[in-house]
Amino acid sequence: MNWVAIRMLTGDRVKFIGLVFGVAFSTLLITQQLTIFVNLLMRGGVAVQEVSTANVWVMDPATRTADVIYPMPITALDRVRSVSGVAFASPLLRSNASIRTPEGDLEGVTVIGVDDSSLVGIPRRMFEGDPARLMDPDAVFIDDVGSRKLFAPGQTVIGSQLELNDQRAIIKGIVDSTPTFTAQVTLYTRYSNALNFVPGTRNRLSFVLVRSDANVSPETLAGRITEQTGLKARTTQQFTRDGIDFIIENTGIPINFGITVVLGVIVGVAIVGLTFSLFIRDNIKQFGALKAIGVTNRKIMVMVAAQSGLVALIGYGLGLTMAAGFIGGGAAGSDDFKGFYMPNQIPLITAALVLAIIALTGFIAIRSVLKTDPASVFR
Amino acid sequence: MSRFAISVHGVAKDFPVGDDNIRVLHDINVDVNAGELTYLVGESGSGKTTLISIIAGILYPTEGRVQVFDTEIYDLSDNELVMFRLANIGFIFQQYNLIPTLTAAENAAIPLIADGMKRDEAVERGRVLLEKLNIANQADKFPRQLSGGQQQRVAIARALVHEPRLIVCDEPTAALDAKSGRRVMDLLREVALSEDRAVIIVTHDNRIFDLADRILAMEDGRITHDGRDKAILMQEDAQ
Ligand SMILES: Nc1ncnc2c1ncn2[C@@H]1O[C@H](COP(=O)(O)OP(=O)(O)OP(=O)(O)O)[C@@H](O)[C@H]1O
Ligand SMILES: [Mg+2]
Repeated sequence: MNWVAIRMLTGDRVKFIGLVFGVAFSTLLITQQLTIFVNLLMRGGVAVQEVSTANVWVMDPATRTADVIYPMPITALDRVRSVSGVAFASPLLRSNASIRTPEGDLEGVTVIGVDDSSLVGIPRRMFEGDPARLMDPDAVFIDDVGSRKLFAPGQTVIGSQLELNDQRAIIKGIVDSTPTFTAQVTLYTRYSNALNFVPGTRNRLSFVLVRSDANVSPETLAGRITEQTGLKARTTQQFTRDGIDFIIENTGIPINFGITVVLGVIVGVAIVGLTFSLFIRDNIKQFGALKAIGVTNRKIMVMVAAQSGLVALIGYGLGLTMAAGFIGGGAAGSDDFKGFYMPNQIPLITAALVLAIIALTGFIAIRSVLKTDPASVFR
Repeated sequence: MSRFAISVHGVAKDFPVGDDNIRVLHDINVDVNAGELTYLVGESGSGKTTLISIIAGILYPTEGRVQVFDTEIYDLSDNELVMFRLANIGFIFQQYNLIPTLTAAENAAIPLIADGMKRDEAVERGRVLLEKLNIANQADKFPRQLSGGQQQRVAIARALVHEPRLIVCDEPTAALDAKSGRRVMDLLREVALSEDRAVIIVTHDNRIFDLADRILAMEDGRITHDGRDKAILMQEDAQ
């Protein structure tokens, strides 16, 4: 009987396309919004993730994230170094500044000052230039997205000169870094240089980056550092999480995306539910006739399940393909989506939601078909 | 083994109306023979559809028993009754109730498919019946491409394809003009009627009364006339 059910459905082109479109559209909306949501949240943690060699971040107790910073005096570095279990500790400065571009425009930048000798804190991968060039006088590295923001395509970036706090900065390399949540241009330079770039205040140490000895876990060491120095110490994992939580708590992002996902579900239920009810209503006489002729309720249920299952499968496949194309295309083609990817859980979550939509509409449809009295066919 | 194809004993039917029940069938006792074309006639609201639904096993009577080919059909479980209908009863409806997205031959094959027969074989058998009903050339068309008379013939094919022993029809010609109605009834008589098969047709189309072997007339939920003399019946009706 199932091919009969499928033919009943697919033969009605308009409704079939409407149903598939409804599911596909919901799938696209939910998947795409969840993906953007997750990736935006992740950006709260990229600044921490980027520094691969450190596994503990030490900061002033008031500091909350890599971008919400209360600076410490430089003496904090030595206090941290004296804690046992610290393999190395290096200073990191993160600060905002304004630059004057070659065209004379003003642009807000994040300046990151890394340890003068070890350079701990610059991204792993470089598109252009060599890490050693950072030792050059006035040298800065720029992030790739930022370089495209400041320079027109074809313009030479390497060797260009920027003006920071009346100081000269020369771009000596382009690094591969994922934009943070604030999506500002990022300049990496040596700590001593950075002090000149950012307007002077007394305390200008943002973080102490620590690597733990092999025999002590980052958690234990973080606890020990806090105990002995009174500073806040977070493992890389914890601090990544702090950055994400900060976005969740302080922006409307979760609510906005949550609303869109709920809208996706509602649109799905509305389009799919209405169209499917219309389809069932158009065919209720035929279902009644089948019941009179001798099709059991069980077979009728399987028929309706086959119909809604087919719609779900095709619609979901189509929607997911579109979403993947969108995310993939966006990540490849636009700096706004740099580093965006679709975590495995998202198609699963979407599948569960689509299943819920289909189960709900299928359930309502089955109920109305089962309620149809076979005796009604003679009326 | 009883002599009759169908035996109806003391059947009554109540329908709930508001808080009350209204009795629309009163103590119906009737037997129907195989090999005869039996008409069930009467005014609108007299209970014809209700009675034929009870006989066909799709409406539970409030009181009484119904035997169809020696099976007490309302003693069967719900599922057994569905299977009984599938094996033994062919239905023809006023509105045809064909599936619009299946071809004529596929529609005709439905009871066989419901019974688990392979699709190709079932559709082939559907074709054979369409041929008998003189619409072999329409077998691959969809219902909306067929005239009313042709659609009803597809419905007849569907009612006969699995060779049931009882055929029930409610107003099979009501949606057709006089000529096609008559042609459909002629065909039905020719193809459906056989020694071991009973055919009951509900109608108030007196243009076709002459095709009946026996006419049962109903009035207010009771059978008030039962006769085989067509001439008298047709005369009565004309009065
Ligand atoms: N489901 C129902 N609920 C309540 N009353 C009903 C129901 N079905 C039928 N009736 C009533 O039972 C009576 C007999 O109805 P039935 O349909 O059997 O008549 P009929 O002889 O087939 O009429 P027609 O020639 O108009 O088809 C009518 O008075 C009708 O209103
Ligand atoms: Mg009726």
